[in-house]
Amino acid sequence: MTVVVKTENLGKKYIISHERPERYTALRDVMANKAKLFIKKTKSIFSDEFHPTGETEEFWALRDINMEIYQGDSYGIVGKNGAGKSTLLKVLSRITEPSEGWVGIKGRVASLLEVGTGFHPELTGNENIFLNGAILGMTRSEIRSKFDEIVDFSGVEKFLDTPVKKYSSGMRVRLAFSVAAHLEPEILVIDEVLAVGDAEFQRKCLGKMKDVAGQGRTVLFVSHNMVAVQSLCNKGLLLEKGRIVSTGAATDIVQQYMSKVSQQGSEIRWNEAAKAPGNDMLKLVSASVVPTIDQEGSGLITMASAFEIGIRFTNITLADNDFNIGVHVLNDQDVVAFAGSLVEGYSISDLVPGTDYKVSCIVPGQLLNAGNYRVNILVFRNSTLLFRADDALGFVVTEQSRKDAWFGRKAGIFRPQLDWKISQS
Amino acid sequence: MDKKEDFDIVLEAGRTEKNYWADIWRYRELFYILSWRDIAVRYKQTIIGIAWSVIRPVLTMIIFTVVFSKIANLPSEGAAPYAIMVYAALLPWQFFSNALTESSGSLVSNSSLISKVYFPRLIIPTSSVLVSMVDFAISFGIMIVLMVVLQFVPSWQVVFLPLFLLLAFGVSFGIGLFITALNVKYRDFRYVIPFIVQFGLYISPVGFSSSIVPEKWRFLYSLNPMVGVIDGFRWAIIGGESKIYMPGFLLSIALTIVILFLAIRYFRKTEKKFADII
Repeated sequence: MTVVVKTENLGKKYIISHERPERYTALRDVMANKAKLFIKKTKSIFSDEFHPTGETEEFWALRDINMEIYQGDSYGIVGKNGAGKSTLLKVLSRITEPSEGWVGIKGRVASLLEVGTGFHPELTGNENIFLNGAILGMTRSEIRSKFDEIVDFSGVEKFLDTPVKKYSSGMRVRLAFSVAAHLEPEILVIDEVLAVGDAEFQRKCLGKMKDVAGQGRTVLFVSHNMVAVQSLCNKGLLLEKGRIVSTGAATDIVQQYMSKVSQQGSEIRWNEAAKAPGNDMLKLVSASVVPTIDQEGSGLITMASAFEIGIRFTNITLADNDFNIGVHVLNDQDVVAFAGSLVEGYSISDLVPGTDYKVSCIVPGQLLNAGNYRVNILVFRNSTLLFRADDALGFVVTEQSRKDAWFGRKAGIFRPQLDWKISQS
Repeated sequence: MDKKEDFDIVLEAGRTEKNYWADIWRYRELFYILSWRDIAVRYKQTIIGIAWSVIRPVLTMIIFTVVFSKIANLPSEGAAPYAIMVYAALLPWQFFSNALTESSGSLVSNSSLISKVYFPRLIIPTSSVLVSMVDFAISFGIMIVLMVVLQFVPSWQVVFLPLFLLLAFGVSFGIGLFITALNVKYRDFRYVIPFIVQFGLYISPVGFSSSIVPEKWRFLYSLNPMVGVIDGFRWAIIGGESKIYMPGFLLSIALTIVILFLAIRYFRKTEKKFADII
């Protein structure tokens, strides 16, 4: 196996400057500062470092990156926002230079950092194909030989002589991606292309990317779409705060990343009684969402797994059973997926004052679609609302793998497993 | 274990590219296409398009001829009509001011490209200067018309014109390169351009012949590299009595080379950081 990309102690530093606030301004000070600044500026033209005003701070977007990328592999680079994924791609595609360490590259690198970069609105579709192709590193003869294929793939052949400014945004994206998809570099770098285009076109694009990976080229792929990462890549790389946390098979890396993400919001504890939701009769202590079966201890909720919503509270004064506690589960579009409460399925015996209780319910697997959800907790007495804790906690339902070739989000709040059949009738 | 030497490209902090110029050659396609884009867009966007590059030099020529020849009564060079003498200087001057304006803003106006794709950055300012070549060609065509109308036959020295054009290219490209690189970091450098263009028009011998500058000041006057360029153009087009002041001309050439050298050095030093600060 040949190593096509190798880095050693790679780091990228940015300088962030904080503006220094002046307590009061006097003309004298302003003039003196301006003069100082002018001298500094003039000097700095001939030296490297210059920081406009105020305090500056170093920020390492990448640090100690040591990796080897082998030919023919597709790497999914995952991590939270700000983990350094895009910076890494920028360094590898030579857009910005590293601050320390080195990178070695074998072969031509083409980056698909943002589809449609360099499109000129005044030029026609036809002209833009050549412009964009050249920007991505293709020669004119290369473009000419693939021209028909590109046009065919984009599906905008009718509008080739129309200036791109008259295109719809969807058409623009399709044309741009079609050009990019016909690049033939040894190493292809792709950053979040899935954020654009309609579902049908996304499917086409991902299919094309799979082809590229199958032809012995190396693909570096950054995405937040874990389904796509898992289906397209065989290897993975998890970044956290500018460092590589782990590398390995794509499925393992995605698993690791998912459990890191979902651990964040799936449990909440109100340690200070004063800040806990509640009143002088009853106060919440903690709430959590955990999968019922969790062999790896990852806390990961997949579409298939059942999970438990648990709420602990301290009963301060209540001594009867005229009480109810319920939840609303909302998706990220603020639609209530479902609501439920304790009395629907259980008759409560009288509560004992000064005791802690736990209320829980099991949400079955194969119910919710993949996505982000939030839980509102509501507490009732005499069938009226006593208090509510909105957005008390959040959880993520993940999708792990899929049989068909499309990796976008499927529509709907629910994803029940339906018993599909086909027969002759 | 693969060592550094085994790789085609090694990226490292502060490393100077060993095949910098070869890389630019490799990206020549992009260079053609970017120049072509700038030219195509320029003549597509404005309704009068080409007419604009005709009207501007012609009007300037008429005004300068009226002001300097008729009102100020300045002498022409040799037998050439004053209008031709002015126009011979306007050709390089317009080229210079266009090229300077285009190239100095070129990096910032292509910031989306720079922050997303790699290519040798030098391509951008270079291709933007080429656009001004098209304007120059149009203005040159007007001069031929003007010569026919005024029944003026240029001297044989006109064959040397490309050399002086090259010099004009060097001056504008050098200064433009410097300013466009500075402009990435300090956006206020773009305000320097209208200043240079406006004042330069009067301190360069565009509306008048440089022969009216007193002899003892001529060498100093040639510190403005455009003086050499304009004298060269006049010498090539008018010929005969129009003479080049040699020490000054050599000074202009030397200055141009120095400016170009410094500008390219500064550009190369800063270009790797463009994507971070643009």
